[in-house]
Amino acid sequence: MFSWDLLANAIVAGILLGGFYAAVSLGVSLTFGLLDVVNIAHPAFVILGAYVAYTMNSSFGLDPILTGVLFTPLFYAVGAGVYRIYYSSFERRGEESLRGLVFFFGLLFIIEVALSLKYGVDYRMVEAAYIGKSIDLGGVGIAFRLLVPCAVGLAMTLALYLFLSRTFYGRAVMGVSQDQVALRLMGANPVRIKTIAFGIGIAAASLSGALLITISPVVPSTDRDYIGRVFAITVLGGLGSIGGTLVASIILGVAESLMATLFGPSWSLAVSFGILLLALAVRPAGLFGR
Amino acid sequence: MNTLRIGRLVVGALVCVVVGAVVLAGAGVFVARAADPIKIGLGMALTGGLSANGKPALMAMQIWKDDVNKKGGLLGRPVELIAYDDQTNAATVPGIYTKLLEVDKVHFVVSGYGTNLIAPLMPIAMERKLTIMGILGLANNEKYKYPNYFQIQPSGPDPEANWATGFFELAARQNPKPQTIALVGADAEYPRHAIAGARELVKKFGFKNVYDKSYPPSTVDYTPIARAIKAVNPDIVFVASYPPDSVGMVRAAAEVGLQPKIFGGGMVGLQFTTVMTSLGPMLNGIVNYDFWAPEKTMMFPGIQEFFTEYQKRAKEAGVDTLGYYLPPYAYSAIQILGLAIEGSKSLDQQKVADYIRSNEFSTIVGKVRFGANGEWAKSRVLQVQYQGVKGTDVEQFRGPGKKVVLYPDEFKSGNIIYPYSAAQK
Repeated sequence: MFSWDLLANAIVAGILLGGFYAAVSLGVSLTFGLLDVVNIAHPAFVILGAYVAYTMNSSFGLDPILTGVLFTPLFYAVGAGVYRIYYSSFERRGEESLRGLVFFFGLLFIIEVALSLKYGVDYRMVEAAYIGKSIDLGGVGIAFRLLVPCAVGLAMTLALYLFLSRTFYGRAVMGVSQDQVALRLMGANPVRIKTIAFGIGIAAASLSGALLITISPVVPSTDRDYIGRVFAITVLGGLGSIGGTLVASIILGVAESLMATLFGPSWSLAVSFGILLLALAVRPAGLFGR
Repeated sequence: MNTLRIGRLVVGALVCVVVGAVVLAGAGVFVARAADPIKIGLGMALTGGLSANGKPALMAMQIWKDDVNKKGGLLGRPVELIAYDDQTNAATVPGIYTKLLEVDKVHFVVSGYGTNLIAPLMPIAMERKLTIMGILGLANNEKYKYPNYFQIQPSGPDPEANWATGFFELAARQNPKPQTIALVGADAEYPRHAIAGARELVKKFGFKNVYDKSYPPSTVDYTPIARAIKAVNPDIVFVASYPPDSVGMVRAAAEVGLQPKIFGGGMVGLQFTTVMTSLGPMLNGIVNYDFWAPEKTMMFPGIQEFFTEYQKRAKEAGVDTLGYYLPPYAYSAIQILGLAIEGSKSLDQQKVADYIRSNEFSTIVGKVRFGANGEWAKSRVLQVQYQGVKGTDVEQFRGPGKKVVLYPDEFKSGNIIYPYSAAQK
């Protein structure tokens, strides 16, 4: 069954999938990788973003990804608020390890149940001109439904990378992950910096939700499919490494796609997580971790 | 003398009062017992992966309860439905049914929705010798052979094979006859059974199997799978999938240009309103299993009244708007239980089970008779083809012509458009 044509298609499909995985994982890379906050509720915010995109699409015909972009400030504010509650209730008291985890688990279930109550449990999808269409480039088929999320995922990665490396607040976020006392001595408030970073993480989650509903239908419980995947990508890429998150996403995406195309899709997840285990055995800090 | 007569009168009056009081009290007790509800309990997927079907199923049963209570209940007693959320988690099932039986003291139980949620109920039902109505489980009783299990899905006496028989018969009837087939399904309970049955049918009908793979249910992108199938160029593609993968496969097939002569088979989800309205014309040509379609051949007594009430409630509850797939069958399952209680004039599990086993029932999904293994005595899994779907307007799916019944012949409402590509023009 092997052909170069199939191989090329599988690699391209994997890269497209990887771009989407990167978008979903960026927020975790920021909150878990840099802030050391185990935000298990991250995929729930992804689904929340997907439902916002669905609502605007079904009610006003607004493009789902445009909706995702327009709503990022709101989700940023929500994220900042969540972090403030988390900080004052757990982190400040030094009880963030277990109780904080329970807090985010609770938040995940609250979001899930709230979505069930509001929207019911029917499958929700969006309509957009690019869904269901594809182009053929020299025998390689590219579905717009995957191309657009991939492009947005790459743009999000680039934007976050530039923010963290070129701006004052970005550098402060990097600093807070390394030495909070030193950061304080430089006159920056670590809690404020972490609030900003957490808000950005949740905003990224909501935008990736708009990408998700472009690719496949969602129900309130879809978040559970992504918990393992996003944390695996973050760990494989190296905690706190934005570039590493992108590389890890593409590795997993290409591995899944190659397995599905050439050897049988039932092995795709096993191989992806096998890569994670192998990489961690060789480099415990992840591919680009310090 | 007068004093003695007065005394006797007083004693007589007292006796009358006491006897009267006892009689009245007895009557009062009798009245209270007659008003005690008959309780029917169930766990249902109200959250989690199967809740998109679980909620409408429960709603359908609540409509039955209201219908029955309006007519005076069962055996002159009102009916009460007690339902708990099983969260689409099989591990919750034993606890839920133990509570229903031990704490709520229900008289009868009905299963939750789907094969995975029925499986953990089977040992409990067998141990306690319960009569159990199953809601759309595939082949749950094949190993147990429990005589008091009855399953409303019209799979037929050999559920695995009967499930896809119509699809394969239709394929074999086409001219030129297709030769090669690809089988693909999710790594999950239902698709495994469906694919196992399909493999037997591949041998029976003499097709050549050129692709036989499964995929993890959490797969995000289905284009690599569609492309791999396209590479082996099968005449038939049989897919056994759950709703998200069904959508993924249909979209991926359209995107990579996968165009076998017949495409479909066992895709769960294409029957749901939101999926139909989202996929729109991409559905055209797909031949898939179904249980009901708004065709003239499927208009059984009471079904239109049911849909009128269901669709009114569904709009408020945010569940499947049309409800053509599971709800009428959930209603019928509990309708049969009610008819059996009335028919046997008993709340005894064994008597009710015996009555169900030995009678035919007129339900809103037509006449139902169960076979020895608790499945329908005769399979009635429909094969429908989506034809002439334009745009994404829901109204087009309310009337006939969009989901044409091709199989079985007695319910046939139109002819297949063959090959698949011809229906997409």
